[in-house]
Amino acid sequence: MDNLSVFDIVGPVMIGPSSSHTAGAVRIGNLAREIVGNKLKKIKVYLHGSFKETYKGHGTDKALIGGLLGLATDDSAIKNSFALAEEEGFSFEFSAADLDEVHPNTVKLEIIDQDDVTTTIVASSTGGGSIIVSELNGTQVKLRGEYYTLITFHEDRPGLIAKISEILQIYNLNIAEMEVLRQEKGSLATAIINLDEKINDNILRLLKDIPGIKNLKLLKPLI
Amino acid sequence: MENFDTAAELIDIAEENNISIAQVVINREISLKEKTEAEVRKKMRYNLKVMRESIREGLESEIRSMSGMTGGAAKKVESAGKNGRSIAGDLFSKVIARTLAVSELNASMGKIVACPTAGSCGILPGTLLTLADANDFSDKEIIDALFAAAGIGIVISKQAFLSGAAGGCQAECGSASSMTAAAVTHLFGGSARMAADAAAIALKNLLGLVCDPVAGLVEVPCIKRNAAGSSNALTAAEMALAGVESVIPLDEVITAMKKIGKALPDSLKETSQGGLAVTPTACEITKKILSNSL
Repeated sequence: MDNLSVFDIVGPVMIGPSSSHTAGAVRIGNLAREIVGNKLKKIKVYLHGSFKETYKGHGTDKALIGGLLGLATDDSAIKNSFALAEEEGFSFEFSAADLDEVHPNTVKLEIIDQDDVTTTIVASSTGGGSIIVSELNGTQVKLRGEYYTLITFHEDRPGLIAKISEILQIYNLNIAEMEVLRQEKGSLATAIINLDEKINDNILRLLKDIPGIKNLKLLKPLI
Repeated sequence: MENFDTAAELIDIAEENNISIAQVVINREISLKEKTEAEVRKKMRYNLKVMRESIREGLESEIRSMSGMTGGAAKKVESAGKNGRSIAGDLFSKVIARTLAVSELNASMGKIVACPTAGSCGILPGTLLTLADANDFSDKEIIDALFAAAGIGIVISKQAFLSGAAGGCQAECGSASSMTAAAVTHLFGGSARMAADAAAIALKNLLGLVCDPVAGLVEVPCIKRNAAGSSNALTAAEMALAGVESVIPLDEVITAMKKIGKALPDSLKETSQGGLAVTPTACEITKKILSNSL
């Protein structure tokens, strides 16, 4: 095993009862909120596997909503997240789902924001509070909330990725990991670029202006 | 900086430099995470504060777990102790009550310090803080003991595992009890070697313990197993501080724990497919909880 901090052993401070079913669920909510990046209106939550079976006893439902509210894994308010969501003005409903061959602790979120844009996210809690978003709007992705992550939605054409990396290079931004995905040749593609450091608004604007870029999101790492 | 993978290395570094194991652990953290000693100590001081709050809240509030299966055990033990009905004495009764308080708080979505996990979070604060309070140790001394506990957790994590899913309850409550035995021994002035002996004795006593939670929840038998982990830690520290040595050294006990964990079937590693989780009563409870769900 790698070099754990003492505070991974005596710590972390968290809301119980389970790092996978509670803290992990909070972090999934946190990352989903970050991905949507807009005020939430309506959320449909589909629980799969162990999440479906044990959510009540682990407070997975309250943890997910708490995470969508932006609460941290050690925030005592998580227990009252349903009431807080009402104050914040978003509604939610939970249903059971069978999401096929996924991790037992998996949830699918259909999130409608205040502009009526729907974001669909499939995420799993993989143990010890670690999470992964494996699907974003139908595209297979791998988002763990560990980096500053740039997500692009762009036309699938030659030279576009080179242009993105050129701009990042000019500003001396190191790409930690990068993945390019597409539904089919010539259609819309997605690039997921994990960066070691933050990108400022200026660079973000330059990237947005690249011909062929339809949309761009920048996610902050989770704490 | 000297890093360590084993208890033997941890003890060697402490003895060669004539420093405590707590200081070895602090030095490692400073170097690995590029922090100052003040920052590292401050963070542990915060964890100590949360531990104290979790004991208080667990004893003061009316606790029912999210499933409704557990709650109220800490209060019962505390009240029996206060009314002179403890058979093993005030200190022991307090250790058990406080351990239960933190574990029950965890099951009710309260704020706790995972040490090493949420499922085993009652053992270290329940035992260490009760003994420290009863003997007027300072916060600095308690914080040092927490670093000593973390040192044992680090060598277990490096050589084996700390989760029920990976190694059964021996890896969670066993490790927590082992860490706690070392922390208590350190607190009362035991040497690095004595702390490792305490950790070894405590872990040996819980080898083979399976993880078989009823309905998949961190409640039955977890909460009461925390109490057992605390009493086991006391037993081990009492022996080690008296000079009793572990015949099998800590590193070898940890390796044995790993081998046992690997040999355990999946049904006894947090999957709720075996052990207590499939007893008739557990099956009935599970059915009730599931019929209440989606």
